[in-house]
Amino acid sequence: MSKKNLIVIGNGMVGHHFLEQFAASPAARDFEIRVFGEEKHLAYDRVHLSEYFTGSTHADLAMGTPDWYAESGIVLHLGEPVTGIDRDTRTVTTPEGSYTYDELVLATGSYPFVPPIEGREHPACFVYRTLEDLDAIRASAQGGETGVVVGGGLLGLEAANALKSLGLNAHVVEFAPRLMPVQLDDDGGAVLRQKIEELGVQVHTEKATTTIVEGEETRLRMNFSDDSHLDTDLIVFSAGIRPQDTLARQCGLDIGERGGIVVDNRCTTSDPHIHAIGECALWNGRIFGLVAPGYTMARTLAAALNNDEEAAFTGADMSTKLKLLGVDVGSIGDAHGQTPGARNIRYNDEQAGHYRRMVVSGDGKKLLGAIMVGDNHYYDTLLQYALNGIDLPDHAESLILPASQGGAPSLGPDALPDTASICSCHNVTKVDICGALDSGCTDLGGVKAETRASTGCGGCAALLKNVVDSELEKRGVEVNTDICEHFPYSRQELFHLVKVNGIRTFRGLIRQYGKGHGCDICKPAVGSILATCWNDHILATDHVPLQDTNDTFLANMQKNGTYSIVPRVPGGEITPDKLIVLGEVARDYNLYTKITGGQRVDLFGATLSQLPEIWEKLIAAGFETGHAYGKSLRTVKSCVGSTWCRYGVQDSVGMAIFLENRYKGLRSPHKIKMAVSGCTRECAEAQSKDIGVIATDKGWNLYVCGNGGMRPRHADLFATDLTDEELVRTIDRVLMFYVRTADRLQRTSVWMENLEGGLDYLKDVVLEDSLGIGAELEEHMEDIVGTYQCEWKTAVEDPEKRKRFREFVNAPEKTDPVQQWTTERNQRRPVAESS
Amino acid sequence: MKTRTRWDAVCEVSDLIPDSGIAVWTEDGPVALFYLPDRLPALFAISHTDPFSGSNVLARGITGDLNGEPVVASPLYKQHFSLRSGECLEDPSVQVPVYRVLLDGDRVRLEISVARSEVAA
Ligand code: SRM
Ligand SMILES: Cc1cc2nc3c(=O)[nH]c(=O)nc-3n(C[C@H](O)[C@H](O)[C@H](O)COP(=O)(O)OP(=O)(O)OC[C@H]3O[C@@H](n4cnc5c(N)ncnc54)[C@H](O)[C@@H]3O)c2cc1C
Ligand code: SF4
Ligand code: FES
Repeated sequence: MSKKNLIVIGNGMVGHHFLEQFAASPAARDFEIRVFGEEKHLAYDRVHLSEYFTGSTHADLAMGTPDWYAESGIVLHLGEPVTGIDRDTRTVTTPEGSYTYDELVLATGSYPFVPPIEGREHPACFVYRTLEDLDAIRASAQGGETGVVVGGGLLGLEAANALKSLGLNAHVVEFAPRLMPVQLDDDGGAVLRQKIEELGVQVHTEKATTTIVEGEETRLRMNFSDDSHLDTDLIVFSAGIRPQDTLARQCGLDIGERGGIVVDNRCTTSDPHIHAIGECALWNGRIFGLVAPGYTMARTLAAALNNDEEAAFTGADMSTKLKLLGVDVGSIGDAHGQTPGARNIRYNDEQAGHYRRMVVSGDGKKLLGAIMVGDNHYYDTLLQYALNGIDLPDHAESLILPASQGGAPSLGPDALPDTASICSCHNVTKVDICGALDSGCTDLGGVKAETRASTGCGGCAALLKNVVDSELEKRGVEVNTDICEHFPYSRQELFHLVKVNGIRTFRGLIRQYGKGHGCDICKPAVGSILATCWNDHILATDHVPLQDTNDTFLANMQKNGTYSIVPRVPGGEITPDKLIVLGEVARDYNLYTKITGGQRVDLFGATLSQLPEIWEKLIAAGFETGHAYGKSLRTVKSCVGSTWCRYGVQDSVGMAIFLENRYKGLRSPHKIKMAVSGCTRECAEAQSKDIGVIATDKGWNLYVCGNGGMRPRHADLFATDLTDEELVRTIDRVLMFYVRTADRLQRTSVWMENLEGGLDYLKDVVLEDSLGIGAELEEHMEDIVGTYQCEWKTAVEDPEKRKRFREFVNAPEKTDPVQQWTTERNQRRPVAESS
Repeated sequence: MKTRTRWDAVCEVSDLIPDSGIAVWTEDGPVALFYLPDRLPALFAISHTDPFSGSNVLARGITGDLNGEPVVASPLYKQHFSLRSGECLEDPSVQVPVYRVLLDGDRVRLEISVARSEVAA
């Protein structure tokens, strides 16, 4: 039997999600699948579109890969819009050709509404929906000073933030009397406005634009109906979206009065072979302008095409939680209290800029809706009360009062019914999570992989973790964070014990807080904590036995028991004289020599007894230890920078050297790598490092928590256009917070992913100082920087410490017989094992 | 072939490093000598050769105890060896030689078995 044809029009978020679901289902075998996308890009994450302005590329935002499409047998037609549908012959036409279908899926999304204002076609007027829109806005912002967003809704404020990040003075013009009229009430809108104005975005409400004309000093002038005007260099329209239903109209499908392709509960249109999902679809008279309902439609349709009788779309929750210009805003359910008999509980702290409102049912038992501005900590709990119809507690107002006033008893995961939706993006309920745990998942990562919970917008991460932890506990799985059998504490707890009680030795700590004699897990971990807290020499008598062999001998042990030597070469900059010394030492001791991936030189094959002599020579030539053996700063890679490179905008080499010298003495839970690039071309690969710095023409952009290695992760943009001082202060805080709170052998990437609240939380702590520990973190770093010593220098100068480097204490002349050598490519190397 | 044993002086007490190991050379090959001041007896000696890599490194591992058993962790691939029996905790089929230790004044002596190819007088 020949295969039938399935065609999807629109390669956006929902269309892609549909293909993922459908391709994995049995029915996929019966179809040839084709997808047409008007945009030239593969489907990308539009929700995070604005990140395109802060460093993300299409590749970061992309939702799939061309390989995935190919492997799934889906033919991709990108940059090829469908221009017509013929329902009689079941064909679609594009500028390239025509194609027949048996089933057709419309996933054409929506388009931005531009009010019919005279002058709106001016080339400095834009919309905010696609990567191309953003490219155009970015280009136009060059050389401009002011930007105006028309529309003070959710997207408009996001666009205003984007304009601000492009260095423009941003204004928002809103027709309604308040911001976010759909989600917020007057009081909430007022608090939001105040906060946003404090951030430097000017808000103009109750303004109707009548015409846009050429400006005098600026590119444009907007005239308003009240005879006032505003001068600007560019305008972004964000006045709402309209369903993209043109094709459906042309071929005569049922269309809603105000647009939208009418669909039934199975996402099928008035033609049984044509279906519509996502923002173009009108269900029950409603359009859903969020991604989660679109995903639900996609899943419903995939199931319906598999003849699943029960598949049905039954509406979706439109609650939203977001951070606009750094301000928390949340809106749940019937936020405006339109349910008959509904009553309100309000909390309004104008001083702090916190506003919260609960809409409760007439009998006071159920939560119908809520609004919050300024602090979204209350959101998760309120959402669960509203979605699951959980009875409100007595004194329901405690749910929105600040914690200090008696405190909101947060709804424990136990109180949630089995049907509670935990992740709305992927429609995962508490039952699904329990199911995953029962079928063998043993931790959060497993549950995520199995259910996909928390892999969409990420808003449910904290809740998911709570539910998983509590369910694991119920199953008797002790969520054990003890570091090992000798200490009933996590690394973080040990850190506190050491710091608070001023404990300076392992022996002191294990006597007081542990049992037994320690092991190779707790000893190095405590050694690292002691080093971070007190910064004594790691070979001091009390600390020697704690160190891994590499730390004990300040060098990396190789497979045959010899060691490698990696002197520090800050920023990769080295004088010819120093290079010559490296060469001489390597030649004299017959050391295999290799340039590392970290912009320095590694000398291999030194015996234990040779290490101190070799280091004596290196130190005399001005070298310092490179900590290649330690859980500490490795290298700060740098590019060429503005001194030589024609594109460089800052001195990346100078900054790299500065950072390397500043942090070289810091002991940490795992190794730390950094890089500094002199411009956006990023030759130093800073975005793959724990700390990445990229020069801008105004200063430095800071990226954090990247990782190469076994599980690569791009670093996240953390702060932009920092001055030198701001950069250093921010890195001080991030690193110190990491060093204090991470688990043993946890790189910054994994640490951050495991922080409850993730990147946002880290930003709060570091940039907003939400825990009030900023100054303390900086001081602690200052201490460590101030007490730096080159460990090798101290070691070679101290005869007691040098004694440690005898290969056989009773036979100084003896060479280790198992170290056998041969020559390869003109250098000495160990003989390969015979096995 | 017949063996006899003897007590060889291998180092002084001042060469020992508390809670850690040193390596000495004997007629039986390299031996790792550990000093754990919090235990009785406090001195342990096992072969210095890591059976998993064939390299002479065990004296450079981290010492400690697992379920009460004194151990050293190989610095290369981290297997634990009992300091009392030489048995590898992760793989009991692997065992490294153990030596008896004697403190003779300031000297540390090891009991070394010396293989003799010809019959001793
Ligand atoms: C020498 C070098 C390879 C080279 O010839 O280029 C190297 C050599 C070793 N790496 Fe590496 N890594 C070297 C660059 C890297 C890089 C690239 C970079 O830094 O730009 C990476 C990926 C980037 C990253 O770390 O995010 C890298 C990821 C690793 C990992 C995996 C870390 C992870 O998070 O997944 C390990 C294992 C570990 O640390 O647990 C590792 C461990 C090792 C060890 C220490 C293995 C060991 O324990 O013996 C190797 C020691 C060699 C020695 O004795 O000197 N090495 N290693 C590079 C030294 C750079 C330097 O100058 O310090
Ligand atoms: C800046 C921004 C921020 C947002 N933030 C959030 C948020 O925080 N939370 C949230 O839930 N939602 C958010 N959204 C909304 C979310 O992006 C949409 O709900 C989602 O993208 C809808 O998916 P879709 O597939 O229906 O439409 P789209 O993603 O728009 O995809 C439709 C695709 O179809 C293509 N197409 C149209 N006509 C044709 C044709 N004739 N032939 C071929 N291709 C065609 C279009 O070019 C487009 O690529 C945001 C949107 C924007 C723009
Ligand atoms: S990649 Fe592996 S083998 Fe190569 S240097 Fe790094 S750790 Fe060693
Ligand atoms: S709610 Fe979006 S990822 Fe879970």
